[in-house]
Amino acid sequence: MFSSFMINTWIAGTAIALVAALVGYFVVIRHSAFAAHALPLGAFPGAAAANLLGVNPFVGLLVFVGMGVLLLRQLARIGRRDVGTGLLLVLFLGVGALFLSMTSEYAPEVFSLLFGEMLGVSDADLWPILGICALVSVVMITIFRPLLLDSSFPDLAALQGISAARMDLIFLSLLALVTASALPVVGAFLVFTLLVGPPAAAQSLSVHPLRSLLLAVIFAESCIWSAIALSYWTNWPIGFFVGMLGAGLFTLARSYRHWSQRERPVVQVSGL
Amino acid sequence: MTNQSPILAVADLSVDLGGRSILRDVSFDLYPGQLCALIGENGAGKTTLLRTLLGLITQRAGTVRIGAAPAREHRELVGYVPQKINFDPDLPLRTRDLVRLGLDGQRLGLPFFDGRTRYAVDQALQAVGAEDFADQRVGELSGGQQQRAVIAHALVRKPRLLILDEPLANLDFGSANALVDLLGRLIVQQQMTVLVTAHDMNPLIPVMDRLVYLVDGRAATGTVAEVVQAEVLSKLYGYPVSVLHHGGRILVLPDAPENADVANMNRCAGHGA
Repeated sequence: MFSSFMINTWIAGTAIALVAALVGYFVVIRHSAFAAHALPLGAFPGAAAANLLGVNPFVGLLVFVGMGVLLLRQLARIGRRDVGTGLLLVLFLGVGALFLSMTSEYAPEVFSLLFGEMLGVSDADLWPILGICALVSVVMITIFRPLLLDSSFPDLAALQGISAARMDLIFLSLLALVTASALPVVGAFLVFTLLVGPPAAAQSLSVHPLRSLLLAVIFAESCIWSAIALSYWTNWPIGFFVGMLGAGLFTLARSYRHWSQRERPVVQVSGL
Repeated sequence: MTNQSPILAVADLSVDLGGRSILRDVSFDLYPGQLCALIGENGAGKTTLLRTLLGLITQRAGTVRIGAAPAREHRELVGYVPQKINFDPDLPLRTRDLVRLGLDGQRLGLPFFDGRTRYAVDQALQAVGAEDFADQRVGELSGGQQQRAVIAHALVRKPRLLILDEPLANLDFGSANALVDLLGRLIVQQQMTVLVTAHDMNPLIPVMDRLVYLVDGRAATGTVAEVVQAEVLSKLYGYPVSVLHHGGRILVLPDAPENADVANMNRCAGHGA
């Protein structure tokens, strides 16, 4: 399981889970789960276009996800971001289907970008992934405080000179970068689970901002490590395990919070 | 009191929004330790006035000075408590963390607590009586508690002027009384200057020193006794009104229906106790 051809997967998976938890923490607070679902799908037209033009799929992916960020920013300005996000999602899939139809070749890269591939991390892939993860982590920790205030109560943030538009742009750009780094391992459809499942579970269990952030990282790492191990033993796709574990974690944590909230009034009454 | 310089000086302020005149020639001064109520109906220009004081809207004419400088340059002297306070119940933020973000939310880095931060936060929590729910999730607090948390968030930077937008609007009687008591304590104990907007002046009468009464963008200002007079308010409304005193409460009503048209009567009714 830790043989040389698996090492890159372990390293990349660990780095991806870290940044997915950091950025996902704010995806959950900002109620941006839909954007976090739509943006990674830019990988599909990106990879298909790159395949068509014969360039690195990573480049095509960055171009399309970047365009997605700009579109979402524009949509935020004209209102009904939820509808716009849904339309963007389908637009990505439609354009991807068009590009794919223009080539008769079988395009394995496209499918591995969508669904992930455990052995898909070559040495050449690893360095860009680690570089992006390091960049995202540093930016995330640097802007944590203003982004937390802006995400909690934008009006109060504005009074302290924090620009909501700037925060939104930084947040979406970080989201796009995490997406790009995560795709080779877990894939476009499945990175979403890592972004929202562990942070939402962590925030249900801990009210402390930094402890819930740490807990989100621990949950995300547990998810990806278990998924890699299970995938290795069973030979089933890694995405299946990421999806199952993320959903399971979320369900357990929410159930616990629901249960503990129901108990609280009873405790208060008996204390009177 | 007047031998000090004012904390807030508004002179001949006129504000237009989208080509419409919202405020016309509004003037008033506020001194340290005063509580001023800004009274008016919806659409009278209360929120526009507050946003201009906060430096979020630029006036057409007139000046707003906070401390001794124009409003924009002295935002850190002002604490603001917005009307709509509704935290997400799942937000991973304790009351204490929200207050802390008022102190240095604009700075970079992770929000670790050091001794000085903890002290400042504890002081602000104590000032609003929020110690009991300091470690609770802010989104799970009641409306009145969330409001206290935001007041502490505004107080923690030790502003000299605290502005609250319709703080009594969504509170039950008990919470409203408790809030009025709290504002009274702030002006006495901390020499805070407080500006509060409200539809109804009555709950604030025990603690207020000054009154800015807004009707259609024009203001009458002074003490309650100076402003709430039939003569002054009739001039402001542009039709005759009466001021009734009953059990320490004040009721402003339009004069006999045959003299005032029905629309005017309805507009005035909102000012009752």
